[in-house]
Amino acid sequence: MESTMTDIAIIGGGPAGLSAAINVIARGKSTRVFSTKNNYLERAARIDNYLGMEAANGAAMMESFRQHAKSLGASLETGKIITILPVSDYFMLNFNGTIVQAKTVILAIGAAKQKPLPGEEQFLGQGVSYCATCDGMMYRGKKAVVYGLADEAVEEANHLQQIGVNVTFISAKQRPADLASAVQFISGAVTAIEGETIVQAVQVNATSIETDVVFILRNVIVPTALCKGLSLQDGFLAVNRDMETNIPGIFACGDCNGKPLQIAKAVGEGLIAAQQASKYIDDQKK
Amino acid sequence: MGIIHPSTKDFDQLLQTNEVVLVDFWATWCGPCLMLAPVIEEISKKYEGKAVVAKVDVDVERALAEHYQIMSIPTVLVFKKGELIGREIGAAAASVYETMIENAL
Repeated sequence: MESTMTDIAIIGGGPAGLSAAINVIARGKSTRVFSTKNNYLERAARIDNYLGMEAANGAAMMESFRQHAKSLGASLETGKIITILPVSDYFMLNFNGTIVQAKTVILAIGAAKQKPLPGEEQFLGQGVSYCATCDGMMYRGKKAVVYGLADEAVEEANHLQQIGVNVTFISAKQRPADLASAVQFISGAVTAIEGETIVQAVQVNATSIETDVVFILRNVIVPTALCKGLSLQDGFLAVNRDMETNIPGIFACGDCNGKPLQIAKAVGEGLIAAQQASKYIDDQKK
Repeated sequence: MGIIHPSTKDFDQLLQTNEVVLVDFWATWCGPCLMLAPVIEEISKKYEGKAVVAKVDVDVERALAEHYQIMSIPTVLVFKKGELIGREIGAAAASVYETMIENAL
């Protein structure tokens, strides 16, 4: 388990995360920015309320934010952070199965516009999983449903099939071209997860499909699934004016903190989170 | 005594002969389990003499994992006088496991 310690791990590469990154670097701290490919701003056709940029295009704006961060030496890494674990005076993060260590963490994970499926919370860890590469091996020779709500889901379904799991892929879209041929496909949506003490079936298109496990793969992970014990308020992360969450050393900025879901607010909160996270590290040394 | 690694066959005896036992179900290929390892070690030192801390590799002791319906790892179970009184799924902070043990002591 080799890994070096970074000062501040930033999770999310949108406006909040990148604003945090440039401000962390400005304070002489080391940082790594982890983000998935998915980004809301990227898909916005036109933004009219960001000061100094009239009728801005979302993709172009994102690109200029990224260029700015990169030019200052920010390391932008693509992939998923699956878990954050506080350990005495630092944090361990599971990044695509690799362990990353950081003194502090800034969450800039965006808004999770989702409600859990019926049964999802009840069966979490009892047949509901968010990570195929983490739990897949437990289900060799068994049946798995992969509910693909994110682009990366296809990769994870193929991985499961490869290690000997009998996989059914469910998605509202058409069968993805790169889905392994041995994987069964159903077009539809999972409406409920059923079982007694453990998962036994999922409901799809009003039909019950037997399974031992369901992997729910979304673009945005619920913050409380990312790090146990984080406090929420109205579904968003609860923070104070210093962007501190209830867990010392974890800060949050941007849409994951709640409304307004706007770029200017995200960038502003990113600045505060960066300053406070840097201060937190300096205070630890005293 | 440090962390012990019981097999399926001596697991029951372990529960019978110790008041409080914490068991970490893990596997070598599981990232979050490796993250949890130093936390479990810390716990074992802190409760030396008060609680027994054990680790079970689910690939080696499949029967044990199945018996306790371990479907996601890491999963940590706490037993008091042989009875299962706590289950925590996924890697959590040390304080979570400490509370589980304190509740059993």
